[in-house]
Amino acid sequence: MPNKSAALKEALKQRILILDGAMGTMIQEYKFEEEDYRGERFKDWHVLVKGNNDLLSLTQPDVIADIHRKYLAAGADIIETNTFNATTISMEDYEMGSLSREINLESAKLARKICDEFTEKEPHKPRYVAGVLGPTSKTCSISPDVNDPGYRNITFDALVEAYIESTLALIEGGADLILIETIFDTLNAKAASFAVEEAFEQAGITLPVMISGTITDASGRTLSGQTTEAFYNSIRHIKPISIGLNCALGPDLLRPYVEELSRVCETFTSVHPNAGLPNEFGEYDLEANEMSLEIIDWGKEGFINIVGGCCGTTPEHIKAFANGLAQIKPRSLPELDVRMRLAGLEACNLN
Amino acid sequence: MTQQNTAIFTNVGERTNVTGSAKFKRLILEEDYETALDVAREQVENGAQVIDINMDEAMLDSKAAMTKFLNLIASEPDISRVPIMVDSSKWEVIEAGLKCIQGKAIVNSISLKEGEEPFIRQAKIIKRFGAAAVVMAFDETGQAETADRKFEICERSYRILVDQLGFPPEDIIFDPNIFAVATGIEEHDNYAVDFIEGTRRIKQNLPHCKVSGGVSNVSFSFRGNNPVREAIHSVFLYHAIQAGMDMGIVNAGQLAVYDDIPLELRKAVEDVVLNTDPGAGERLVELAPKYSGLAQAEKVEDLEWRTWSVEKRLEHALVKGITEYIEEDTEECRASMDKPIQVIEGPLMDGMNVVGDLFGAGKMFLPQVVKSARVMKRAVAYLDPYIEAEKEEGATNGKIIMATVKGDVHDIGKNIVGVVLQCNNYEVVDLGVMVPAEKILQTAIDEKADAIGLSGLITPSLDEMVHVAKEMTRRGFDIPLLIGGATTSKAHTAVKIEPQYDKGVVYVNNASRAVGVVSSLLSKTQKPEFLAKTTAEYVKVREQQARKKPRSKPVTIQRARDNAAKLDWDSYTPPVPKKLGVTEFRDVSIKTLRQYIDWTPYFMTWSLAGKFPRILDDEIVGEEAKKLYHDANAMLDEFEKTQALKPLGVIGLFPANRVGDDIEIYTNETRSEVLELSCHLRQQTEKTDFPNYCLADYVAPKGTPDYFGAFAVTGGLEEDDLAEAFDAQQDDYNKIMVKAVADRLAEAFAEYLHEQVRKEYWGYAADENLSNEELIRENYQGIRPAPGYPACPEHTEKKKIWSLLQTEVRIGMQLTSSYAMWPGAAVSGWYFSHPDSKYYAVAQIQKDQVEDYAKRTNMSLEEAERWLSPNLGYEPE
Repeated sequence: MPNKSAALKEALKQRILILDGAMGTMIQEYKFEEEDYRGERFKDWHVLVKGNNDLLSLTQPDVIADIHRKYLAAGADIIETNTFNATTISMEDYEMGSLSREINLESAKLARKICDEFTEKEPHKPRYVAGVLGPTSKTCSISPDVNDPGYRNITFDALVEAYIESTLALIEGGADLILIETIFDTLNAKAASFAVEEAFEQAGITLPVMISGTITDASGRTLSGQTTEAFYNSIRHIKPISIGLNCALGPDLLRPYVEELSRVCETFTSVHPNAGLPNEFGEYDLEANEMSLEIIDWGKEGFINIVGGCCGTTPEHIKAFANGLAQIKPRSLPELDVRMRLAGLEACNLN
Repeated sequence: MTQQNTAIFTNVGERTNVTGSAKFKRLILEEDYETALDVAREQVENGAQVIDINMDEAMLDSKAAMTKFLNLIASEPDISRVPIMVDSSKWEVIEAGLKCIQGKAIVNSISLKEGEEPFIRQAKIIKRFGAAAVVMAFDETGQAETADRKFEICERSYRILVDQLGFPPEDIIFDPNIFAVATGIEEHDNYAVDFIEGTRRIKQNLPHCKVSGGVSNVSFSFRGNNPVREAIHSVFLYHAIQAGMDMGIVNAGQLAVYDDIPLELRKAVEDVVLNTDPGAGERLVELAPKYSGLAQAEKVEDLEWRTWSVEKRLEHALVKGITEYIEEDTEECRASMDKPIQVIEGPLMDGMNVVGDLFGAGKMFLPQVVKSARVMKRAVAYLDPYIEAEKEEGATNGKIIMATVKGDVHDIGKNIVGVVLQCNNYEVVDLGVMVPAEKILQTAIDEKADAIGLSGLITPSLDEMVHVAKEMTRRGFDIPLLIGGATTSKAHTAVKIEPQYDKGVVYVNNASRAVGVVSSLLSKTQKPEFLAKTTAEYVKVREQQARKKPRSKPVTIQRARDNAAKLDWDSYTPPVPKKLGVTEFRDVSIKTLRQYIDWTPYFMTWSLAGKFPRILDDEIVGEEAKKLYHDANAMLDEFEKTQALKPLGVIGLFPANRVGDDIEIYTNETRSEVLELSCHLRQQTEKTDFPNYCLADYVAPKGTPDYFGAFAVTGGLEEDDLAEAFDAQQDDYNKIMVKAVADRLAEAFAEYLHEQVRKEYWGYAADENLSNEELIRENYQGIRPAPGYPACPEHTEKKKIWSLLQTEVRIGMQLTSSYAMWPGAAVSGWYFSHPDSKYYAVAQIQKDQVEDYAKRTNMSLEEAERWLSPNLGYEPE
C-alpha cells in the first residue's frame, strides 16, 4: 500500500482539506421504512431496526455508496465510513452486537471503493477514507443514575474491547485513517485511542488518527466537563494527525472554541459543525451559503486545517466550503514549549 | 520560602492518602465516601494543584476503593478540575485507577526495582493511557542514597523511557528519594545534600524531566516537634528548589516561611540540611526542644533527679540518654538484687519500655532513642562480667534473625530493634533489606536461631510476611516469628499472618517492646503462657475484624439482576440425566459410607481443634483425639454389624428451567406442567468485580433443556432412640457419640449420593475419580446447596424438597414446624450441574427483593421477613 500518511500530511500543509457532511440527514431524504432497513436478510429480525443507519451499509449499500459519491463530487477530500454507531456496544441497542465487525468491514470497503473511483478519475486529488469510531451510547466517566454518582454502566475495558473489534474491521476494509469523533466523554475517547493503538499493534500497521470532541453547550465544555484545552491535553498523547471539534453547535457558537483550540494545539485542527441548532421541528436550517461565510472566515483567520459538516449539512454545504476555501492558506502549526501538560477538567500546564 | 519560588513549585496534595492520613484511612475503611470527598475538596480549595490518591491499606480492597473514589470524584467538578496522581505500590491498582480518569493523570510510581522488564511493560501502558509518571530512583540493587547513584539510576531510566520507548521526556517526574537526616546515624547525615546534588545533576542532564519528592520524610527524626519539622521542610525546599526540584508532596500546613524561622534555628537546620560538619545533627537535637513549644518544662534541668530512687534514676538516664551516672547507678542496683540479670529484666527493661512508649507516641525522636540504646548498652556492658561469672541458667540469651522482607528497603525500625536487642545481650543476625524468604529461613536453620523478626514499611511487604509465615509452616519451623514495621498492625497479623503459622506469631508494635516480647518467647517458663495469651488476643481481634467488615452498599434488585452471572448457554449443552425421577436409597451400608466421612467436624463437636488426620498426632490433644476416633469407629463397627442405625436417602432429578430468580421444575420433558417452583435469592450488594449471584442463574432459561435435582438423607431414624437408651444409663459420653456419629453418617451419605448423581444418575462426570480428601475440598463439578445455608438461606424451601421427593412417605424424614429436619442427623438440598456453579453467601438483601420473593413464594411480606430476618439489610416495619 502506498504511504498515504505522508501524502496526507503533505496535502495538509498545502491546503485546507475538506471532510464530508452528514450521513444521517442524507439518509432521511430517502424516507426509509422498517422493511427498507431490514432488507431481505433481516426481514425476520426480532427487534425493530428502523433508525439503525449503519445497518444500511449491509441492506442498502447502493444508497450509502450514492451518498459517498455526492460528497466526493462536491469536493470532499475525506469521507467518513457509515459506522458512527457500529461498535458492538451501540449495535446492542438493536441486539445486533454480533454484526458489528461485518458492518464496520463492509462500510469501510464501500467507502474505499467509491474513493478509489474518484481518485482514479482525478489522480491529482487523492481521496481518503476515514474509518469512524463513534462515542457509543454510554459514558465511562458519568453515572447514568443521578442518585448514585459512583455507578457506571460501562467499563473502560468493555469500551476498549468493542473499539478494538471495530478498528480492526475498519483497517481490514481499507480505511486510510481512523476518526474518533463526537467525543462527549474524554474517557470514552481514551478507551478508543487505547484500542486503536492496540489494534494497530495487532494489525501491524499504523494509520493517522483524527480526534474530534464535542462542546455540548455554551459553557464551552464537553459533556463530561472538560474545557477545550483540558480535552486536548488529555488526548494528545496518541499524537493524532488532527484534533478538532464537531457536532452539537452551529459555527457561530462554536467559533470561540475553534479559536482556542487553534491556539493551544500543536497538530492540525479539524472542525465539522452542525448546520446551526435544530429548529422546533428538529431540522437544521442553516443554509449552505450562510454557513460557509463563517467557515471561510475561520479559514482566513488561520484557525483550521480540515473542515466538514456534521448534523444537517449536505453536499451543497460541502461544495460551498470547498469552493470558498480553495484559495485560502491552511493554518500553520504553532511551535509550543515543551511542558508537562496535565489535565483534570481544566488544563494544568506546568513549567 | 519566597514568593518567587512557590510560583515555580507544584504542590501535590497528600491528604487523600490512606498511608499518610489516619483520618482519610478511617473514612475509607468506614466507607464514608461523602466525607472522604470533602477531604479531597478541601485540599483543592487550599491550593493543591494536583491531588495524590492512595488506597494501599492491607485491610482494604485497594483496587475497588480506588475505582470507587475516582468515579465519585469524576462527579465533583470542584475536585476533578485538578489533575490526579494515582498512587499505589500495586500495579493493578494503578491500572484500575487510570481506567477511571478522563484527564491527563500522573502515575506514582514506577521504577527499575524489579528490573527492566516490568518497568518497560508498565511504562508502555502508562504511555498508552497518556499519563505522566513518577519514576523512583530505585533499581535492582536498591534505593539510591548517594547523589551518584540517584543520578545514575535516573539517567538509566530516562534513556530507557525516552530513547527506547519514545516516552515524552516532559512526562517524566523523577523522585530521587528524600530520606531522614539527623537520625543519629552517621551515614544518614548527607542524605539531604545527596538529594539536592542528585536533583541538580538530573535537571542539568536530562532535558524536560521534573523532580519531585516526599518532603516530610526529611524531618522524620523530629516527629512530634512540628516547629522544627516545618523549619527543616522550608530550608530543605529552599535549597532543593534552587537545584531544580519542581514539585513535591507537601502538606502546606507543615511549611514554615523561610524568612520567619528564628536565625538560631535556621542556622542549625541549615547546617543539618547541608551537612556542614559532623556535629550538626547533635546541635539541632539539642536545640530542638527549645522550639518544640514544650520548651519551658524542659528548661528546669537540674540534678534533682539524682535524689530519686535508683530505679527512677535508671529510667531517667535512659529516657534522657544520660550516660554520665549509668555505671554508678547500675552497680547500686546490682548490689541490691539477687542476680545481675535481674537488673536488666527489671529496672533497665522498665526504662526502655518507657522510651518505647514515648517514641511510639511521637514524644521522643529517633536520635534520642539511639542515645537511650547507648545508655542501655553501657549498663549491660557493665553487668556482663557479673553475668558471665554467675553463668546464669535462666539468662537465656538467644539468637534472632532480623530482616526487612523482599521488595522492601525500609530498615530504620529493624535497625533500632536490632540495637535494642543487642543491648539486651541477644545475638542479632541482621540480613539487611530486600531479603527473600528462602534466605531468611535458611539462615535461621544454619544459625540455629531462636526467633525470626520481619520488618517492612510498604504495603506489599505485608503479603511477603504472610508468605514467610506459610513457608515456615511448610518447612516445619517451630521458632516464633516477630512482625514489625510501620504498615504492620495487630489486626493484619491476627487476620492474615498468624493463621498461617501456629508456632507463635507476635506483632511487636514498637522497638522497645521487642525485648519484652523476645525474652518472654525465649523463656521456657513464660513462653506457653505468653503465646496462649497472644493467640487468644488474636482470636478476639479476628472476631472483631470479622464483625467490623465494612458493609457493602445495597443496590436495587433490578440492578442486582442486571449484574447476574451470565453463563454462556449458546455454546453449552446442559447434561441430560441418565435417570430422571425419584430414587430411594435404603441399602447403602455403613461400610460404604464410612469411607466418605469428613472427620474434622467430628472433633470440633468435642471441642478439639485441628485437622484430621493431623489432629491424632497433635502434641496436646492428640491423645484425646485418638481415643475419640477409636470409640467412634467401634460404634460404627457395631452399627455395621447390628444394623441398629440404618442410613436412608432419596434423590430426584427433573426437567427444569430458570424463570427469573426461580427454577421451574416440570413433571416431564414436555415441560408444560410445573411440578414445583424453587425460589431463590440474589446477592444485593454492590459488586464491582463479581456478578450478583443467584442460584437460579446456574439453570438454563426456557428454550435450552436443563435439569435440576434435590436430595434428602439421614444417618438413621433410630438416632434419637439410641441416644435415649444411653441417656437412661447416664452414659452422656455415648449419648453425644451416637449423635455425632449419626451426623457424620448423614454428611457422608450426602457426599456419597452427590458422587452417585454425578457419576451415574445424572452422569455428567462418569469418569470422575476423586479421593475422599478431594471430595471434602469439593473438587468436583456441580454443587449441592442446602436450604438454610448461605447460598439459599430461606428454610421453608425445604418443604418443596419434601414434596418433590415425597421424603416423609418414602424414608420417614420429617420437617418440624420451623422447618428443621428430623431426625437431627440429616441433610437436604438441591443439585446443580453447571461447571460454573459455586457456593457463595446471599448476605444482606433489601425490601424490594423481599417483597418480590414474598409474592413468588405466596407468603405475606411479614412472613417472608420473618423467615429471612438474618438476611434483612433493613429494619422491617
